[in-house]
Amino acid sequence: MRQEELVARITANPKYEKLVRMRSSYSISMTILVMVIYYGYILLIAFDKEFLAQKMGAGMVTSIGIPMGVGVIILTILITNIYVRRANTEFDSLNNEIINEASQK
Amino acid sequence: MTKTLLRNGLCLLAGMLAAGLVMAAGADLGTTIKQETNWTAIAMFGGFVIMTLFITKWAASKTKTASDFYTAGGGITGFQNGLAIAGDYMSAASFLGISGLVFANGFDGLIFSIGWLVGWPVLTFLMAERLRNLGKFTFADVASYRFAQTPTRVFAACGTLVVVAFYMIAQMVGAGQLIKVLFGLEYTYAVMIVGVLMMCYVLFGGMTATTWVQIIKAIMLLCGASFMALAVLWQFNFNPEALFAKAVEIHSKHDAIMGPGALIKDPISAISVGMTLMFGTAGLPHILMRFFTVPSAKEARKSVGWATTWIGYFYILTFIIGFGAVVMLTQSPELYYVDGDLAKGLKGGGNMAAIHLSNAVGGNVFLGFISAVAFATILAVVSGLTLSGASAVSHDLYATVFKKGQTDSAHELRVSKITTICLGVVAVVLGIAFEKQNVAYMVMLAFAIACSANFPVLFMSVLWKDCTTKGAVTGGVVGLISSVALTIVSAPVWEAVMGHPKGSAMFPYSSPGLFSMSAAFLAIYLVSRMDNSEQAQRERALYPAQKVRSETGMGAAGASGH
Repeated sequence: MRQEELVARITANPKYEKLVRMRSSYSISMTILVMVIYYGYILLIAFDKEFLAQKMGAGMVTSIGIPMGVGVIILTILITNIYVRRANTEFDSLNNEIINEASQK
Repeated sequence: MTKTLLRNGLCLLAGMLAAGLVMAAGADLGTTIKQETNWTAIAMFGGFVIMTLFITKWAASKTKTASDFYTAGGGITGFQNGLAIAGDYMSAASFLGISGLVFANGFDGLIFSIGWLVGWPVLTFLMAERLRNLGKFTFADVASYRFAQTPTRVFAACGTLVVVAFYMIAQMVGAGQLIKVLFGLEYTYAVMIVGVLMMCYVLFGGMTATTWVQIIKAIMLLCGASFMALAVLWQFNFNPEALFAKAVEIHSKHDAIMGPGALIKDPISAISVGMTLMFGTAGLPHILMRFFTVPSAKEARKSVGWATTWIGYFYILTFIIGFGAVVMLTQSPELYYVDGDLAKGLKGGGNMAAIHLSNAVGGNVFLGFISAVAFATILAVVSGLTLSGASAVSHDLYATVFKKGQTDSAHELRVSKITTICLGVVAVVLGIAFEKQNVAYMVMLAFAIACSANFPVLFMSVLWKDCTTKGAVTGGVVGLISSVALTIVSAPVWEAVMGHPKGSAMFPYSSPGLFSMSAAFLAIYLVSRMDNSEQAQRERALYPAQKVRSETGMGAAGASGH
């Protein structure tokens, strides 16, 4: 009974709606971002190998594909940690407000 | 009782180690593939084993309930869990395999590293906190939260055990081969030592011991790989261009190693492999299980943040290590190449690039250290797999399906321990049975099943309100069967393993993921839509409460505590 009442109170709280909307749109856009970066890179490999094999500059050996690939790894790490930071501060404090408001009488 | 068991286990282990060493010493002369017994490596590895067994003894004193066994009591911090996840995920295959791939093909190795990494952000954004909020011990807890327990759990346990089995065979065979080369031990003994050690960790120390074995291994691997990469870069004044220039000059493929080669053939395979790696990570049961060891969603997110950081950093290192091996091993071909001939390839095979490089940069002592790390890596991964398989049997099948939840923690714990022993024995037997088989496809198959069976069910049950038991289970089974079937009729199995003529494989792409995962999602959608039974209505009505818990964590706090 108490559990059902809590659920009802939380779903009635506009902040809950806000949290769910904010967090899911954030996580979906981050997912899309990662997928665009990753599949973009993979499709580039599949369709235009020459582009990635181009040299970084005249007289250089390093190809464009290498810093780009390492860049994908670094971006992946950054994007993940940016999400974790925002979720653990902003979203979590809103989350705590919702739980506190629901549990006090 | 635990104490005597532990002591007996230790004696048994010591006996096996001794037997293995005697065998190795005796069989040294006649063989060509096996290396000389490397005493430095064995001593270093012995040190690791002794340390982890002391940890296991300590962990055993803390493992009293089923919750301790499955989740270390839920008291692991986000940072620790991040390291443990990294330790669970960075297998010997990725360390030796990717650096070997870079050594052989240059750029192409990078494509694989990226693929193995991109699953992590997806897991973070879509699953991590929801898993933590809804689950207790296994991912089946999450998938079956509002569904009929028996069918969902039976499916999830099958999904777990099949993934664990393929992943395990690949690890065991790899372990046997690797140890044969590194330590000069007989294959069978190597597999048995891995099996016995892993049983010791899991049986006595449960999740606590497994976690610490994984943490220690992750630290050792990251330190060792960092040292190698730094030593390589130091030689070139930290100028990658100079390293690449030298590599291009020396490598037999010359400038081709700077651009994409034959790894990605057609766009469909590229997308399919990409999807398999990306979503497969979010369906690996031994990885998902790690999310229940932390006390809150916040710590779960921190775990994946750290895990992604360490794993990504590690893949950058393997790339440098691969190129370092190209440059440094060719300088003394008499030490590292078969008959000192560059054309004949590396001693011990292409996967030995990183191992030989450790000798080139740090001498015999560092070679011993890296060999011990490679062995520790395998142990950490198989322990995680065993624990995950054991919990699927004891928590999902025994306690929930068979006993309908009417059992106590002590019984459940006993069943987990019996299962651990069974799984250990099965793993050793399979490892020996598959010695001469080609197991290269098995890790990819495990990922394909994880992304086609486990991930869609987990994703839809948590995020789609209209999903029902019938839909989830049907879709999961469709994904499981189609991913296995398509793998069997693809070239790596149909031609390379089953020996059919080249070009006869019916499935032309490198991975089934794109097709089998789509089929699973479609089946879940259609069957759930058509399901208007009373049970389905009830399950849909339960969604709002599940959503509140998955989003806010309300009611989940301390779910895995005491």
